[in-house]
Amino acid sequence: MAVIDAQGVYYRELNQRIKELLARGEREITLNNINGQRYIGDGLTEQAKLIINGTPGNDLAAFGNGAELVINGNGQDGIANTMNGGQIIIHGSVGDTLGYSMRGGEVYVKGDVGYRVGIHMKGYQDKQPLIIIGGTAGDFFGEYMAGGRMILLGLDRAEAQDIVGNYVGAGMHGGVIYIRGQVEDYQVGQEVKISGLDEDDRKELKGYLSGYCQEFDYDLEEVLNAEFCKLAPCSARPYGNLYAY
Amino acid sequence: MSLDYKVPEFIIERDRDKCIDCQVCERQCANQVHIYDQDLEKMVAQDIDCVNCQRCVKLCPTNALTIRENPSEYKKNKNWTGNMIENIQKQAASGGILLTGMGNPTAKKIYWDHILLNASQVTNPSIDPLREPMELKTFLGRKPDQIEFDESGELKDLPPQLELDIPIMFGAMSFGSISINACKSLAQAASDLGLMYNTGEGGFHEDLYQHGERTIVQVASGRFGVHNEYLNAGAAVEIKVGQGAKPGIGGHLPGEKVGAEVSKTRMIPKGSDALSPAPHHDIYSIEDLRQLIYALKEATDYKKPVSVKIAAVHNVAAIATGIASAGADIIAIDGYRGGTGAAPTMIRDNVGIPVELALAAVDDRLRQEELRKNVSLVVSGSIRNSADIVKAIALGADAVYVASAALISLGCHMCQKCYTGKCNWGIATQRPELVKRLNPEVGAQRVKNLITGWSHEIKEILGGMGINALESLRGNRLMLRGIDLTDKELEILGIKHAGK
Repeated sequence: MAVIDAQGVYYRELNQRIKELLARGEREITLNNINGQRYIGDGLTEQAKLIINGTPGNDLAAFGNGAELVINGNGQDGIANTMNGGQIIIHGSVGDTLGYSMRGGEVYVKGDVGYRVGIHMKGYQDKQPLIIIGGTAGDFFGEYMAGGRMILLGLDRAEAQDIVGNYVGAGMHGGVIYIRGQVEDYQVGQEVKISGLDEDDRKELKGYLSGYCQEFDYDLEEVLNAEFCKLAPCSARPYGNLYAY
Repeated sequence: MSLDYKVPEFIIERDRDKCIDCQVCERQCANQVHIYDQDLEKMVAQDIDCVNCQRCVKLCPTNALTIRENPSEYKKNKNWTGNMIENIQKQAASGGILLTGMGNPTAKKIYWDHILLNASQVTNPSIDPLREPMELKTFLGRKPDQIEFDESGELKDLPPQLELDIPIMFGAMSFGSISINACKSLAQAASDLGLMYNTGEGGFHEDLYQHGERTIVQVASGRFGVHNEYLNAGAAVEIKVGQGAKPGIGGHLPGEKVGAEVSKTRMIPKGSDALSPAPHHDIYSIEDLRQLIYALKEATDYKKPVSVKIAAVHNVAAIATGIASAGADIIAIDGYRGGTGAAPTMIRDNVGIPVELALAAVDDRLRQEELRKNVSLVVSGSIRNSADIVKAIALGADAVYVASAALISLGCHMCQKCYTGKCNWGIATQRPELVKRLNPEVGAQRVKNLITGWSHEIKEILGGMGINALESLRGNRLMLRGIDLTDKELEILGIKHAGK
């Protein structure tokens, strides 16, 4: 296992050193004193593990395709941007635009997330991306969502705090969002239908959450033992009749 | 049900003396205009479904067919033209957005046609390109502040460059908007001629990977088919922010066009709409654009130039300055006459500005800001012939994107119905029986012929000016003069009036 002390190291040099180590066959790298360096893990296709101690900068694991990243700290904006595969585990909260256009892999966030999370997330065949968030989310959660799964748990939040903002799933035309709690009609886009969970949904949810609960040491049954709602698109083609031919 | 007030836009005239009722026209028309009437024992036509793509006319073995505009005229009115009235009827019947294809056809001024080129007389003698070397080679990408050589004589620390044998690239057209055979024709022609092909936002079909060195892969807001392998498969990456035909809006590829191959290439389920949001949701500022540019550079190990394509809009010079500052290697500017597979008519015909004015303004501003060498400029929308290219280079462009002209060389007749998916020429369609009408080998040859002809013409024009390298023409606006232009237009274009 290799260790890099990232104190004062510019992102370009840092990322180059990571790639060099991976090219030499290193499969696990610990990055200490990370403080805002961008693009860590961008475009990595290796089956490798990066342990990040500190707060990585924007576009963490953008275009990623296989690596596993563990962040012992908070994350910033643009994590898992257009990610195709891999796993990201964040022991903190993150900023905006997590998982934009993500097509594969998993992201677990222990804390809260910002705005525009999971925008245009999509699925294709065996690639079904998954984002699970332990805390709350801002506006435009799952906007344009076209595939995959997002699960929002809202654990440990203050009583007055909404689990999610407005415009949830606006323009949604694929995929499913599960929310632990209730959302009002005014909070979701007009392309979204809200329903309860059936037996299949519960089974699916349990499958997704078991890994998450194990990772963050939550009791799975306790997390599941609550009212969930399911958000799915009304139509796979919300704009099919928009045009005059 | 109410009347739909629809009248035929075109009238089909069949010369009965020539027609042999062979039914070629019937088999060729995806709009099912021509029908053999069993009772009458002759061909008849449903004029109302004709889009005037000329397929039947060109394939009729006896030249029996003529298509004319419907001569029936509305009462003369300069304000409420027939076209306006028909559009309103269409919307009154459907409640929809007016949709169209290809570039803006309206009668606004085309600046290329108001710019004239110079030639040498007596002094600085002209050059004959048939007998003397003529250099069209073009390198796109950031140029270094100074040149340094290493011990072996190679350039040190040269940022990545795209090398073009002719300053022409094929503009972005996705697989989905055009057929795989149209994509193959363009990619093959680009490989053979030393140009670039651009994937558009349609992913990179596996059959085209062999042309990777001659391909620009596009990253647009929908990120369809974008992954690490895709980014590294091309010679450059282009971030599509805007398109001249529809600045400020996204795109919808309807589910009907998302068949097995398009689904696989875009990595979305079959039959689902491919929605490209209007903005990239990770770009809300120049700083965000810089972030995406560098995310792409990181993902491609700084080996590929990154281009940013925008539509020509009002503040294009300031926007281009921001893009250059954000670290782009190439800026592509698409004018308001640029083509499209589908765009709302009102947007195509009313949003954006002419590329000629945008180019002149951007080139000026980048020079003033001392950023010009940091980026290459590529313009499009629309480049119709080799003279347009020479004028664009003299105004300050490094290269041009050619798309509509390339499609015309493949058989497009500008019927502007690309969005229906019923292209009889096998270009803007995904229907297998139509796609196979375009043979990619024949297509590639026709595109190559066009570009070869243009490159000869460019050399002739350069030779006439007494210039033997395109680089000497770049931004050389003294080689241009304007006619029928106002002082303001001349000022923006940075050229003198003819006679001065």
